[in-house]
Amino acid sequence: MIVNKTYNALATAWKGLALTLRHLFGSTKKREVAPIKSANYFKELEKGTNTIQYPKQEIPIPEVGRYQLDVEIDDCIVCDLCAKACPVDCIRIESIKATEAIGQTSDGSTKRLYAAQFDIDMAKCMYCGLCTVVCPTECITMTNQYDRTVRHLDELTYKFSVMTPDEIDEKKVAFEKQQAEKLAAKQAALQAKQGGAS
Amino acid sequence: MHRNSKFTLSFYIIHILVAIGLFAFIAMFTLFAVYAERKVSAFIQDRLGPTETGKFGSLQTLADIVKLLQKELITPAAADKWLFMLAPIIIFVAVYMGFAALPWGPGLVPSQTNIGLYYIFAIISIETLGILMAGWGSNNKFSILGAMRSAAQIISYEIPAGFALISAVMITQTLDLQAAAVQQGILSVEKVKFLGAWDVTHIGGLLSWNIFRAPHLIVAFVIYFIASLAESNRAPFDIPEAESELVSGFHTEYTGLRFAFVFLAEYSMMFLVSMLAVILFLGAWNTPFPNMGVVKLADWTTGAAWGIAWTIIKTLGLVGVQMWIRWTLPRLRIDQLMNLCWKVLTPLAFACMIISGIWRLWVM
Repeated sequence: MIVNKTYNALATAWKGLALTLRHLFGSTKKREVAPIKSANYFKELEKGTNTIQYPKQEIPIPEVGRYQLDVEIDDCIVCDLCAKACPVDCIRIESIKATEAIGQTSDGSTKRLYAAQFDIDMAKCMYCGLCTVVCPTECITMTNQYDRTVRHLDELTYKFSVMTPDEIDEKKVAFEKQQAEKLAAKQAALQAKQGGAS
Repeated sequence: MHRNSKFTLSFYIIHILVAIGLFAFIAMFTLFAVYAERKVSAFIQDRLGPTETGKFGSLQTLADIVKLLQKELITPAAADKWLFMLAPIIIFVAVYMGFAALPWGPGLVPSQTNIGLYYIFAIISIETLGILMAGWGSNNKFSILGAMRSAAQIISYEIPAGFALISAVMITQTLDLQAAAVQQGILSVEKVKFLGAWDVTHIGGLLSWNIFRAPHLIVAFVIYFIASLAESNRAPFDIPEAESELVSGFHTEYTGLRFAFVFLAEYSMMFLVSMLAVILFLGAWNTPFPNMGVVKLADWTTGAAWGIAWTIIKTLGLVGVQMWIRWTLPRLRIDQLMNLCWKVLTPLAFACMIISGIWRLWVM
């Protein structure tokens, strides 16, 4: 019994030792970094060392990955759908109605709103990608950018609006003026109507 | 005015220099061994190990020790201050003093004493005392558990280790390690027989090593090697430090230089037990190459410098095996540990001792 046990112990110990010895001397080859789509992505792990020396080596990832958000503000119609879809409310949009159609996006949608504020708080973002799905003009996308370090937390709030405060004020005033003119015209029309009736 | 001519100033200076040299060697070895251990473990696990500090990370351990030297020496408020302070020193000094009786080459031994092996065994047992002091002095449950385990383990494994060594001593008939070393090569004054039959006194090399003079010493060597792993608290017998259970066992509370001393002791213990195995079983500083006719390989590769080189090569080989085993085998449970010691290794060591007696009487 004890002889058998001892023999087993030695035999299995040797099995393990042979395995580690193979790895000890098989570590001459460094890992070649290949994208996950490559056929031998997992086979690679069987030979040589596995470490990816990150800043020096990076696994290639698709250009449209599932990483940080980016907004092409020229294509945005400020519909606010993304902000409504966001489960963690990390998108904050403020719109100003334009006095007229202000142009077209690259896919032909007419823009009628100015984006006074378009902030995404990347510290809150949970990378679900729902905002990219609902966007009618596909202006909000997820990129391949996954490592970003900042010194202050508020630097993680990405600001995509390109409007200056002056422009914002100007557009607001213009819209209010148009509204006032419309109201005046409406009241004048109403008065004329009432005057005609009496 | 009588003066003993042996104890002159130069006598003391030489001995102090030898002691300093040994310490420097141990420190350098520790730096190298920690680096080697990290690289070996990394490669075994398909990692890279240290790569950034110096070429291939070679300056990593140097950077580590510089960092450790700068660290604060924290003594826990509830600790027994004297025990806590003294323990790392005792642990290290006990191992360091063991080196005094180890021969490095023909005529090269810090202290040639006729009870060398006995002295080494006695002095490295003091390490247990230091470990107990560290565990008790820390006033920490992990430390005391680690220390108790360590004491139980070291005391148990000294028995098979001791009997394995005794079976080698019965063949060499001396406790003087230098004398035991001389016997295992071409410098031997007595007859050396390969497997007790073939006279290889002038052939030397591998054939005259103790494990080939009496083949049952191979078993004794394996027993001693396994027991020495336990004595230096190395995996798979590292239950005193068992990271997954005891944080890091008896040295949980140590910081800075004190921690460095405990570490230094562990690695010098590795070297010491391996060197002892080399001296008693693997031909000490003798060359592995035999004389073959006109090709006198053994004659060419024997000498003081060769001796040091062979000792270091063989010992580092064994240290390498210790590392290889550490990164392969899982830790033994305490009952398995005691089972192995008392039910397997001790009876086998006794058997080896009996065979040694028979061998010495009727074969050699």
